[in-house]
Amino acid sequence: MVTRREAVGAHYGLKDWLLQRLTAVLMAAYTLFVLGVALWNGGFDYTLWRALFTNGAWKLASFLFMVALLFHAWVGVRDIYMDYIKPVSVRLALQFLSAVVLLGYLGWTIQILWGTHA
Amino acid sequence: MPPADRPAARARPVYLDLPRIRLPVPGIVSILHRVSGALLFLVGIPLLLAGVAMSLASPESFAQLRGNFAHPLAKLVLLGLAWSYIHHFCAGVRFLLLDVHSGIELAAARRSSVVVLVVSLALTAVVGARLW
Repeated sequence: MVTRREAVGAHYGLKDWLLQRLTAVLMAAYTLFVLGVALWNGGFDYTLWRALFTNGAWKLASFLFMVALLFHAWVGVRDIYMDYIKPVSVRLALQFLSAVVLLGYLGWTIQILWGTHA
Repeated sequence: MPPADRPAARARPVYLDLPRIRLPVPGIVSILHRVSGALLFLVGIPLLLAGVAMSLASPESFAQLRGNFAHPLAKLVLLGLAWSYIHHFCAGVRFLLLDVHSGIELAAARRSSVVVLVVSLALTAVVGARLW
């Protein structure tokens, strides 16, 4: 049990550890899938590439990949900050900034995926 | 020696003379996992989103993106990101296997870390060959 808690922004639990692994497995599966599609079709030309992104299932899979990626990146950079940035104020500021940037990426992802119509 | 009397249990001096610390291969794979992850966060994700957005906007911007990839500097960046992703992927798979207690003996762990380094570099070379 943790008796001395510090303001690191971590949750001292299994949750983040598990999240990092589940998101990793999800991203690995998507990566191999996209690689498989690329190899099967001998690469992507514009017509095929665009057609893929108008498909609802492809959009959803890509969205889930990005959500997994952003959570994974969050846990990862937070670990780096916790290890190397000792002043709490600087660390929390960096964590806040990173969280905002990652949320922005999520918005950008949604714009790209659902802004692409047939 | 009882645990409390071991030198390690007392206040320990911090010895971080980095040039003198010889990192074993699993340690190298581990720190490269971190370095590649940081690169992917700082450079990889924004470039991925910008690239996908550009590739989907119009046939012209798709062709323009292809054209951008032809620049030697762009190829270098892509190669760096390719290595980052591939190394992070391979080292990640190794960590997942270690998590389920596969290959945790010292010899096996050393061997798998060498495999991760070599396979990542080899796959990056394949990407490089396709780029050039």
